Amino acid sequence: MPSPPHHPGRMSEIAAPRSSSRSRNLKGGGRNRSGQTNFELYSWLFMRLSGLALVVLVLGHLFVNLMLGGGITALDFAFVAGKWANPLWQVWDLLMLWLAMLHGTNGLRTIINDYAEKDQTRFWLKALLITASIVVVVLGTLVIFTFDPCLDPSSTLSVCK
Amino acid sequence: MDAHVKILRYNPEVVGEAEWKTYTVSLEPTDRVLDALHKIKWEQDGTLTFRRSCAHGVCGSDAMRINGRNRLACKTLIKDLNPEKEITVEPIKGLPVLKDLVVDMEPFFDAYRSVMPFLVTTGHEPTRERIQSQADRDRFDDTTKCILCAACTTSCPVFWSDGQYFGPQAIVGAHRFIFDSRDEGTEQRLEILNDKEGVWRCRTTFNCTEACPRGIEVTKAIQEVKRALIFRRV
Repeated sequence: MPSPPHHPGRMSEIAAPRSSSRSRNLKGGGRNRSGQTNFELYSWLFMRLSGLALVVLVLGHLFVNLMLGGGITALDFAFVAGKWANPLWQVWDLLMLWLAMLHGTNGLRTIINDYAEKDQTRFWLKALLITASIVVVVLGTLVIFTFDPCLDPSSTLSVCK
Repeated sequence: MDAHVKILRYNPEVVGEAEWKTYTVSLEPTDRVLDALHKIKWEQDGTLTFRRSCAHGVCGSDAMRINGRNRLACKTLIKDLNPEKEITVEPIKGLPVLKDLVVDMEPFFDAYRSVMPFLVTTGHEPTRERIQSQADRDRFDDTTKCILCAACTTSCPVFWSDGQYFGPQAIVGAHRFIFDSRDEGTEQRLEILNDKEGVWRCRTTFNCTEACPRGIEVTKAIQEVKRALIFRRV
C-alpha cells in the first residue's frame, strides 16, 4: 500500500510515532499530556529568583539583628517591637516570610514528587505540606500587620507610656 | 593475569531475586570488560546473557553498570578498572531487567520517540540539499553524537524514582533538532519538553554528563533547552 500523500504546511498534524504504552505502564500509567501549562517553568524560575532575593533579605536580616548596634545582646521584645514600628522592616519581614515559605514549599513539593512512590502518599504529603504552609504564611502575615507591643496593659516599654 | 568479575545474575524463569556470581577469568590488561564477558559466556557459563552488537562503541548495545558507573563494556579496559579488586557488572538501573544484563529498553525508546527525533519541515521540498552554515551546524554538533545506549538516562536519579521523566537522552535527542536551523518543529518539541515530566524535572546532578560514553555534555544540552523555553528563542 502506498504511503499517504504529504500535506505541506500542516505541521500540527504530525504526531510523534509512539509505540503502545505497554512498557510505559510498567511504571504507573502513560503520560498525561492534558492541561499543558507553564506551571513547572514558572516554578523553576521562581526558585532561582526567590533564592537570589532571599540571600540579600536573610543576610541583611541577620546583619541588622545580630551585628548592628548592641548586637545579639540587644535582641529582645523591645527590639522587635521597635523594628516593626517601621514600615520598611514590616515589608522586609513580610517579603522574607512569603519568599522563604514559597521557596521551601516548592522545594519540598519537588522532593515529594521525587521520593513518594504511591499516588496516595504523594497526595497526602502534598496536602499536609500545603496546609502547613498556608497556616504559617497567614499567621505570620497577620502578626506582622497586627502586632501591638502594648497589648499587655502592664507593659513597661517606652512606646507604651 | 586473573581477574575476578562479579556479575549480578537474574533468571526470570527461576523464582527469586537477582544474585551476585563471581567468575575468575584470565585476561590481558588491555582487554575490555566485553572480552571478559565473552570469555565467561563462551568458556564457563553459556547462560550468561547480555547485549552487544558492533563491540566497538558505536551501536550502543552494551551499556552496563561497571564498578558502580554506567559505561559501555566494549569501551572499558580492564587496566583502567583496578583489576586487583573485583570488577562488578550489573544491568543499568531504572529499566525492568529481562535477564542478567539485558533490560527492557522500550520505556527509554518511548521517551525518545515522543520528542519527534526526525526533521520536521513545511512547504515544498527543495530540489537541492538544505544548506546550512558551519556556525549553525556547530550549535547542535555535540548532541548528534548520541548512540542511544541509555547510559545517561539510567544514571539519572530522577529517572530512577520517576520512570515518567523523559530522561536526559530524550532531551539530547530533542536538542539535536531544536537547535537545527533547517528544522521547523522547534515549537512542538519545546512544548513537549515543557511538560510536568520534561526538562524542569532535571536536578542538574551531572550524572548523565559523567556517564555518557560519547562525551556529550548532556546537562549543558538540557540547560540550553530550559533557556530556550524561558526566552522562547533558540
